[in-house]
Amino acid sequence: MSALETVINLLSWFFIVSGSVFVVIGAVGTLRFPDFWSRLHAASITDSAGMILLVIGMCLQAGLTLVTVKLLIIGVFLFITGPTSTHAVANAALVTGLRPPEGEGLTGAEPEPLEADGDDNA
Amino acid sequence: MLVRTIGTAVVLFALWLLMSGIFEPLIIGLGAASVLLTLFITGKMDAQDGDRPELLLAPVKYIKYLAWLMLEIARANWAVTKIILARDMPIRQHLFKTPYTQKTDVGQVIFANSITLTPGTITVETEDGNFLVHAVSYSEDDPEALADMDARITACEIAGGA
Repeated sequence: MSALETVINLLSWFFIVSGSVFVVIGAVGTLRFPDFWSRLHAASITDSAGMILLVIGMCLQAGLTLVTVKLLIIGVFLFITGPTSTHAVANAALVTGLRPPEGEGLTGAEPEPLEADGDDNA
Repeated sequence: MLVRTIGTAVVLFALWLLMSGIFEPLIIGLGAASVLLTLFITGKMDAQDGDRPELLLAPVKYIKYLAWLMLEIARANWAVTKIILARDMPIRQHLFKTPYTQKTDVGQVIFANSITLTPGTITVETEDGNFLVHAVSYSEDDPEALADMDARITACEIAGGA
C-alpha cells in the first residue's frame, strides 16, 4: 500500500514541479519578449501547460475526494475562460489600432473596417 | 417542460452537494432553497425569450478531439518554451486570416478557443467566414495545421439543426 502511495506522491510532485516550471517560463517570457503581442503568447504558456499540470498534480495529492471534483471543475472552467480572456485582451488591442510588428517579408492581414465609425455615413 | 424543470433541479442539487460536501440539515436546506430560487429565476427568464443553446456535437468524436488537442497543446507549449529560452529569441510575428467551416456557434467557439489555447497562436478577431489569427513565430505550414484542426472540429458537428 505504501509503495503505491510513494509512486502517487512521486507522480504528483513531478506534475506540480513541472507545472511550476512552466509558470515561471511564462513569466520569463512575459519579461523577455519585446512587445505587447508576443507577450500575450508567453502568458498563454502559464494558462495552458502550467494550469493543466498543476491541477493534475493537485488531483493526485487529493486522491478520490470531493476536493478532486472541485479541482476538475476549476480546470474545466479555466480551460474555457483562459483563452476567452486572452482573446478579449488581443481584440481590444486590435480594435484600438495596435498592430503587431510583422516578421521579415510578411504583410499582416487587415481586419474588415468596423461599421458606424462616423466618416463614411456623413 | 416539467421534465426539464426536474432535470435542472436534480443537476443543480447534485452540484450543490458536490461543492459543499457537508450533509447537515441546515446546509442541505439552504441548498434546496437555492435550487428553488434558481428554478424560479430561470423559469422567468425562459418565459421572456425561450432561448436555449443547442449542443450539436458528437460526444465520442469530441472526446477524441480533446485528446488530440491536449497533444497539440503539449507540442505547442514546448515550441514556445524553446523560443522563450533561446538566446536570440527567433520570433517572426504575423497576422493572418484563417477560414472556418463550422456551421454552429458552438463549433466556431471551440475552433477559436482551440487556436488561442495552443500557445503561439491567438484568435484576434472574428469575421464572416474568417478568423484573424496572430502567430508569434509564423511558419509557412501554419495555415495547413489550422485547416487540419478546423476539419477535425467540423467533423465533430452533428449535421442538421438550423
